[in-house]
Amino acid sequence: MSEHAVTAKQSLFTPFNVVAGLIVLMGAVLTVLRFTGGLGAVTNLSDDNPWGIWIGFDLLCGVALAAGGYTTSAACYIFGFKRFHSAVRPAILTAFLGYALVVFALHYDVGRPWRLPYPVFLSQGTSSILFEVGLCVFIYLSVLFVEYLPAFFEWQRMPKVRGFLVKLTMALTILGVVLSTLHQSSLGALFLIVPSKLHPLWYSPYLPVYFFISSMFAGLSMVIFEGSLSHRYLHHKMDQAYTSEHDGVMLGFAKAASLIMAGYLAVKLFGLSMDNRWSYLATGYGAWYLTEIIGFVALPCYLYAVAARDRNLGLVKRAAALTVIGIVVNRFNVSLVAFNWQLPPEARYFPSLGEIGISVFVVTVGVLAFRFIATRMPIFHAHPDYPESH
Amino acid sequence: MKRRRFLEMLGTAGLCLATPAAATSAGMGDVRPSPGAKGVLFDAVRCIGCRKCEAACNTVNELPAPKKPFDDLTVLETGRRTDAATYTVVNRYLPAEGAAPVYRKIQCNHCLEPACASACFVKALVKTPEGPVTYRADLCVGCRYCMVACSFNIPAYEYHSALTPRVMKCTMCAPRLAKGQLPGCVEACPKGALTFGRRTELLAQARERIKGSPGLYLDHVYGEREMGGTSWLTIAGVPFSQLGMREDLGTASAPELTAGALAGVPVVVGLWPVLLTGIYAISKRKEKQAEAEKRAAVAAAIAKASAEAEAKLSSELTKAEVANKRLIEIEVKKALESAGQDSAREES
Ligand code: SF4
Ligand code: SF4
Ligand code: SF4
Repeated sequence: MSEHAVTAKQSLFTPFNVVAGLIVLMGAVLTVLRFTGGLGAVTNLSDDNPWGIWIGFDLLCGVALAAGGYTTSAACYIFGFKRFHSAVRPAILTAFLGYALVVFALHYDVGRPWRLPYPVFLSQGTSSILFEVGLCVFIYLSVLFVEYLPAFFEWQRMPKVRGFLVKLTMALTILGVVLSTLHQSSLGALFLIVPSKLHPLWYSPYLPVYFFISSMFAGLSMVIFEGSLSHRYLHHKMDQAYTSEHDGVMLGFAKAASLIMAGYLAVKLFGLSMDNRWSYLATGYGAWYLTEIIGFVALPCYLYAVAARDRNLGLVKRAAALTVIGIVVNRFNVSLVAFNWQLPPEARYFPSLGEIGISVFVVTVGVLAFRFIATRMPIFHAHPDYPESH
Repeated sequence: MKRRRFLEMLGTAGLCLATPAAATSAGMGDVRPSPGAKGVLFDAVRCIGCRKCEAACNTVNELPAPKKPFDDLTVLETGRRTDAATYTVVNRYLPAEGAAPVYRKIQCNHCLEPACASACFVKALVKTPEGPVTYRADLCVGCRYCMVACSFNIPAYEYHSALTPRVMKCTMCAPRLAKGQLPGCVEACPKGALTFGRRTELLAQARERIKGSPGLYLDHVYGEREMGGTSWLTIAGVPFSQLGMREDLGTASAPELTAGALAGVPVVVGLWPVLLTGIYAISKRKEKQAEAEKRAAVAAAIAKASAEAEAKLSSELTKAEVANKRLIEIEVKKALESAGQDSAREES
């Protein structure tokens, strides 16, 4: 008995848990500050800079990096790449948690979060791109939830509900792709309305296309990235099918990501010439633009290709990490760095510690939730009752 | 092969999304103002920077008192913008070294097709037929996309309100207009720098003034076409860029900029499911074909094995061999056609 308690205590105070606990504590303090003092109490937002990292990181990056859900399930169920099967559940779980966190984070950012259902249920501003984003994210979150539920019901041993839900897989997958296409691209389309504020190198009528295509390789890279992390820390939860398919999935995803990134580069080049923005490349913003394109797209694209050819898993992981960083760089550039570029330096935005704190807090909550679910429910392994279903 | 097709299709759908064609703006039909819509003409040549309009605006809208009183003209030394407590500001500009200062009043321009209203996802901001762009705090969620969208950087936000933050901006004194009164600033201006009236008439008046004293004015009415046109118009004697006004905004209204993306929605919703189901059917068929081929191969192999076994005619068929065969049989039960069944009968 007492022995039990001691081991329980030991396992609770791992360095990971201590750090996570402290972050959650900090999050709680900031939450109180935010909802008693208003946005001004914790953020550097201003009348000129109404959107900060809670939009640039939590919303834009969050949604892009959660794209693994629709890319993986589409590849497996629609395009018939059955060897990706074992990757579907972790990807769906990551996506579901990702979107849930996006919505959670939005509660901090909008002025009156309890009104978030208004655009869907009370007063539909159909002319707004943000309305489309909101509606799609709302429906897609529900879809992801239903897609994730079979794992939950297997855990709870409720075969009837589970069986019914599994039958919906195909329809849900197609719905997921439709909704993802819409809102992934719409996040880029949000900025179509301000050619006057966004630097010409980043502003383009093709912004929705850029955002959509980049969401695909963002999602794939995140699945690889997240897979390698889980591999290290949740290895004991993985069954043979998962571990044996794992390498193949990684290489397949690497190849796919490399191809899509090559396409993305081509579309970007096309856009640049259509909009005739070459002259800006010689400026400081141009240098930064080239850094983004060459360092964070072309380079990982090449690395992925080499890694897939040489079956080099280490390189795949490094390319995935670089791609994920690249997506963050791109979304930051569009929403923050190149946004309001004409304003004088003193009127520009830089995130406050409070804003960074909340973002770190949100990510931590996500990691904790992922760990909680993946260690209990059949995510990385098939449930003994449903060996084939995984 | 499959993957390339996948990419191609995604590309096509994506491009459909962005095609700026079919620029009929969704949902904006009800926002276009009537021809009788009102507006205000601001004449920078007449303005003396006395800030009486600012004071009047503060009073009629019951805004909090400013740090420095309105008769303190030293505030003109720094450029200001509208904020949560200030719907309008007057700034001083020095177009050239030694030249006389020029003043400009800043407030919401009450665009004909407002970016803020088209951006609002709960229709909290609307263009009224009378001219003003008004705001409903009881609907506003506080997403602040309207602030992102406004190219004139007008809407401000109550960042320090914890529970009831509002977007704050000039309403052209819509409540006063409804009572037949003038906007506060217009009523207060001692110099006639602000004229209230029907926009069409204001435009005519502006052109008259420009024609009447060509030396005083530049031949351009700011707001006639900028961002699709605004209800608040400005004329001046110096280039607008020297008054902090952007001359690169173009004439496309905000809804025009986003119409292409919105037009893509039905395309995606209509085409995607069809395409994806098609792809699914194809990959399913391929899978079936592959399966059938596999089955045929297995059946052939079994047939061959049976033939060999027959040829041996040995009653001492090793147990291992039989067991092995049984295993194969179970696994490909369905594929066991004639050959498989024959061999099974033989053995039993
Ligand atoms: S100036 Fe800005 S706030 Fe005013 S109507 Fe136009 S877009 Fe809206
Ligand atoms: S902040 Fe309010 S008024 Fe502005 S777009 Fe959002 S909901 Fe509409
Ligand atoms: S009251 Fe008239 S003259 Fe005085 S600052 Fe305002 S617009 Fe100019």
